[in-house]
Amino acid sequence: MNKRATEASRLWPDAGNSQIPYWIYSDPDIFDKEMERIFCGSSWAYVGLAAELPEPGSFLTTNIGDRPVVICRNREGDLRGFVNRCAHRGVKFCRHRSGQTNRFTCPYHQWTYDLNGDLKGVPFMRGVNGQGGMPADFDPAANGLQQLKVIAHNGVLFASFDLDMTDFTSYLGESNRYYFERVFDGRELRLLGHSRQLIRGNWKLMFENIKDPYHASLLHVFLVTFGLFRADQQAQVKMDASGGHGLLISRKGEQKASEATQDIANLREDFKLKDPRLLDPVKEFKDSATVVMQTLWPNLIIQQQSNTIAMRQVQPRDPSSFILAWTFFGYADDDEAMTTRRLRQANLMSASGLVSCDDSEVIKLAQDGINSDVDGHALLEMGGRDTEDTEHMVTETAIRAFYKHYRAVMEL
Amino acid sequence: MSASRAELFYELYDFYARYTEALDDGPLERWPEFFSEDCMYQIIPRDNYDRDLPVAIMRCESRDMIRDRVTAVNETMMYEPRYLRHHTTDIRIEETPGPDITVRANFSVIETLPDELPRILMSGRYLDRIVRSDDLGLQFKEKLCVFDSVLVPNSIVFPV
Repeated sequence: MNKRATEASRLWPDAGNSQIPYWIYSDPDIFDKEMERIFCGSSWAYVGLAAELPEPGSFLTTNIGDRPVVICRNREGDLRGFVNRCAHRGVKFCRHRSGQTNRFTCPYHQWTYDLNGDLKGVPFMRGVNGQGGMPADFDPAANGLQQLKVIAHNGVLFASFDLDMTDFTSYLGESNRYYFERVFDGRELRLLGHSRQLIRGNWKLMFENIKDPYHASLLHVFLVTFGLFRADQQAQVKMDASGGHGLLISRKGEQKASEATQDIANLREDFKLKDPRLLDPVKEFKDSATVVMQTLWPNLIIQQQSNTIAMRQVQPRDPSSFILAWTFFGYADDDEAMTTRRLRQANLMSASGLVSCDDSEVIKLAQDGINSDVDGHALLEMGGRDTEDTEHMVTETAIRAFYKHYRAVMEL
Repeated sequence: MSASRAELFYELYDFYARYTEALDDGPLERWPEFFSEDCMYQIIPRDNYDRDLPVAIMRCESRDMIRDRVTAVNETMMYEPRYLRHHTTDIRIEETPGPDITVRANFSVIETLPDELPRILMSGRYLDRIVRSDDLGLQFKEKLCVFDSVLVPNSIVFPV
């Protein structure tokens, strides 16, 4: 259900980043502007892992915002990206999730592009028997596919519609670069598989959710029960200078009741796993953090919870739905036991996740509630009203920082 | 089909019917009883399965792990209430050496949420290995639920 807000109500509340107006979750005009400015503007959007494009001619298809794109390696092995839309009549020409090819041919009239996205073939361009064909001044070189800028940073692929986009490391900022390279330290990655959810909520609710440590210590009874995330653990919330990227960093605690758990209505501190192999984490990173959830503007969540590591790519579809595309991976030098451990711990995540299922469910419930009050607003005052980094979890500061950046980009 | 084979087929048909009945009508505590102690249960996207990518959306490596998931669904997870209806069709016994019974079947699951019409949650095929014991009858030693494509609507709370 989409609702247009009246012009009068389209002013952002005076309270600023601690009050989020509900019309930004349902208004189709806002959605279109988000696609243009946020996803197709000056940003680096996650598009895949280098491990998914192993050799020249490898390609994958994905979405940046609601725009379909193709990412590939050309004959020289260099990364290329373009919009998955034929220059002739707009057909989404590539229909496979991934594969290997020498060229891309549109099925409609067989216009053919090479791996750089350049138009190389137009059937009957000079006509048949001297009749028809394209005008003499038609220039194939000026009718290639719309280009993207594509880069790889330690095995992770990002693309931008802005061909003059700033370099990726300065885009990340210092603290986000440190945590990004904590997981992606240059080691070769091993792809473990994908899963995708069509979640019936606005895409921003997903980022709010991951940037919100307050909910994690309450909604996720499973996490709290097993001490994987608790309000009384040593933790940090960090943002980059813009506020668009964020980090939640925490450490595993004990399975016990405390002041931090007494407010949780349905805590099950007596829940002991009958098969403890499900949660058998081993330390694998250089620092003491056991969970780091990193959100990179505009479309990526990097999840490291114990030994389950995954990319969660946010692909908005319309104002009230998005696809959450999960890519699970490990490292090429993982032994058998570590791979099995990652596969077991994946039970916590994605569509049937013992933890993340709570999120996809609550996001739908949030959208159901928000849709009924376009003039209302959400309240984000936990931990104050500013957007500073914190050393605790009882805060919504990272969501406020996200909206600080969002409002700057959207001019709202 | 020989008489003993027809008997086995009928027995399997009844076993699958009781399995889906346990899932659809509950209680969920009945679900683990259809599995052997050392079982393997997985719900895996077809896109992963066909490419030998091992990640599943649900993976239980023993009956105890299945029981842990039952406890989580009943006690710790938050989700909208819903009804599921499983349909198992085209049950076929595969010729394989050894005492285990290898079965392939198609499944589809229809989900009904409050205030919404029923919708198809998932469709796919079962690739199952079943064992027989004197006291417990038939049990799944391996149940692999391969669902078509990779995209699911919102969440998969209950087993398939």
